[in-house]
Amino acid sequence: MTSRRNQIATQAARDVTLAQLDGSNRGGQWKGAVFKAVLVLCITVAIVTLVAVVLQAFFTGLPRLDMNLIRNMPSSIDRSTSGMQSAIWGTVRLMVGVAVTVVPLGVSAAIYLEEFADRTKWYVRLIELNIQNLAAVPSIVFGILGLAFIVRGPLDLGFVVYAGSLTLSLLVLPTIILTTREAIRSVPGSIREASMALGATKWKTIWKQVLPSSVPGIMTGTILALSRAIGETAPLLLVGATVFVTYNPDGFFEGAFTSLPTQIFAWATRPQEEFRILAAAGIIVLMGVLIVMNSLAIWIRNKFTRTW
Amino acid sequence: MSLRHKTLAGASAVALMAVLAACGSDDTDDSAADNGGEAAAEEDAGGDDMEGGALSGTITIDGSSTVAPLSEPAGELFMEENPDVRVSVGTSGTGGGFEKFCNGETDISNASREISEEEVEACGEAGIEYEQVNVANDGIAVVVNPENDWAECLTVDELSSAWTRDSSVANWSEINPDFPDQALTLYGPGSDSGTFDYFTEAINGEEGVIRTDYNNIGEDDNAAVTGVSGDAGAMAFIPLSYVIEAGDQVKAIQVENEAGECVAPDNDTVQAGDYNPLGRQLYIYPSADALQREEVVAFLEFYIDNGDAIAEAATFIPLTDEQKEESLATVAELAGN
Repeated sequence: MTSRRNQIATQAARDVTLAQLDGSNRGGQWKGAVFKAVLVLCITVAIVTLVAVVLQAFFTGLPRLDMNLIRNMPSSIDRSTSGMQSAIWGTVRLMVGVAVTVVPLGVSAAIYLEEFADRTKWYVRLIELNIQNLAAVPSIVFGILGLAFIVRGPLDLGFVVYAGSLTLSLLVLPTIILTTREAIRSVPGSIREASMALGATKWKTIWKQVLPSSVPGIMTGTILALSRAIGETAPLLLVGATVFVTYNPDGFFEGAFTSLPTQIFAWATRPQEEFRILAAAGIIVLMGVLIVMNSLAIWIRNKFTRTW
Repeated sequence: MSLRHKTLAGASAVALMAVLAACGSDDTDDSAADNGGEAAAEEDAGGDDMEGGALSGTITIDGSSTVAPLSEPAGELFMEENPDVRVSVGTSGTGGGFEKFCNGETDISNASREISEEEVEACGEAGIEYEQVNVANDGIAVVVNPENDWAECLTVDELSSAWTRDSSVANWSEINPDFPDQALTLYGPGSDSGTFDYFTEAINGEEGVIRTDYNNIGEDDNAAVTGVSGDAGAMAFIPLSYVIEAGDQVKAIQVENEAGECVAPDNDTVQAGDYNPLGRQLYIYPSADALQREEVVAFLEFYIDNGDAIAEAATFIPLTDEQKEESLATVAELAGN
């Protein structure tokens, strides 16, 4: 019944929209052209800016894009051969920490909200509202939270890599939850119903049908979240990423650490020209890592995508 | 259904714990290594000559970004001689550094000013004992064209009238009616430099407060020298070390200090503390607890002994011999030797 009524409504809406689209019955055809021009202008500005920034960083950093950058530790004395090994390893550790923390948490939360939570309950709606809002909180706020609750306070981890990972995890948790929910929602209800009809429990249905089908969406969300986390500087500065560390982090729970964005930030604010070139080279490395991560996301999405 | 939900959450939690436990096992190895290091240091206790390279441990430094360019090469050179010691330097700012220091989270705090009363209280409450150790002197010179024969000595107020935010002063005669009718051109470094922070704080009362229409020479202090030497009405502020290098191309003017005396900037007046407010001392604050560790004592002695080279690399003014002795004595006293 409802589906028939829906079809009629959809068809009507489509007809009305189409009738309006060419503007013929309103004499506003030129408005459409202007609007299109504005849109093209917007995207041109965005792309030109992006390309300019990338090229600027690339040509500034090119002279220092050598093996020393990866092989050597940061140095204030031998600036021309200074590297950023500790920053690269710091970032790798941070990201591993974020991934192992945020994926189980985010996916579990999304499964609960999609499959189990009763959305008529006020607290469920409150949780949903909070997740939406959390995605818009400035990252520095998470840094302060991390300093008060993770580095000091209840968790008292100290200024260590995992404190940074946890802070970044909080930062990107909403992204994971939202994308995973979207992925779970896009699994057709008929799959669930079929699974249940064949005698599977709800748990089995989720574990064997819903989750595997959602993997592309979850992975895409995860990589996007990690891509955001990898570029964060402000919260890390608060939770202990130090700007001058000439050794790789000892472990997740010990020792000073630094990260690529922190190192780039520190170098970019130094007066000496060599440091600026180093910062630009660091930006290229960071962008390279980002492109690899995003390509991986696309590859995974394409490999695991199922069609119904 | 809720039971199954718990199973899933439980599974995730178990997986998480397993990963964390795996990461945690790194710690055990490292702390074992640290213990070994401490044992080695104890054997070495009392020895003043630390060149043996038998030291190990971690020295955590944070604080002023002005002092970091000193502490970084100091740490780097020290680590070359003592490969098992690890020095990390952060730049949370003088205030941010003391916040961590008084919380017992760092061994040494870098400071471009003396510790404030609030910070003294915070450290006192936490039971952190410390001492102030002078590591270098810092000075800014206000320079004009050598042809400028009217400006010999300026007060802080006169300087501020030319440099402060929204100042519309465009002529020397507006700074002081006795000065001739000569157009004023201003040159200064960009906001990334420590010189900028220090000058704006000392002259305009707040860090970062400055008129926006001065000629920003970025980080190339020599550009200010070139600019001032080619313009009779120019004025610039640059690190003192550049003025000494520039020789006769520019003229450094005297600045009236807090005692009301006109003082010319040079290494002696800065080191003596007479050239204020544009001359200052840079400090590090080691904690008494940290100085119980052999590697920290060795590091501080190394820092002060090699201060000349370190200060020059960072374009600061080195300590005088008396200042060095005083600093070394402070370290020795705090270490309880």
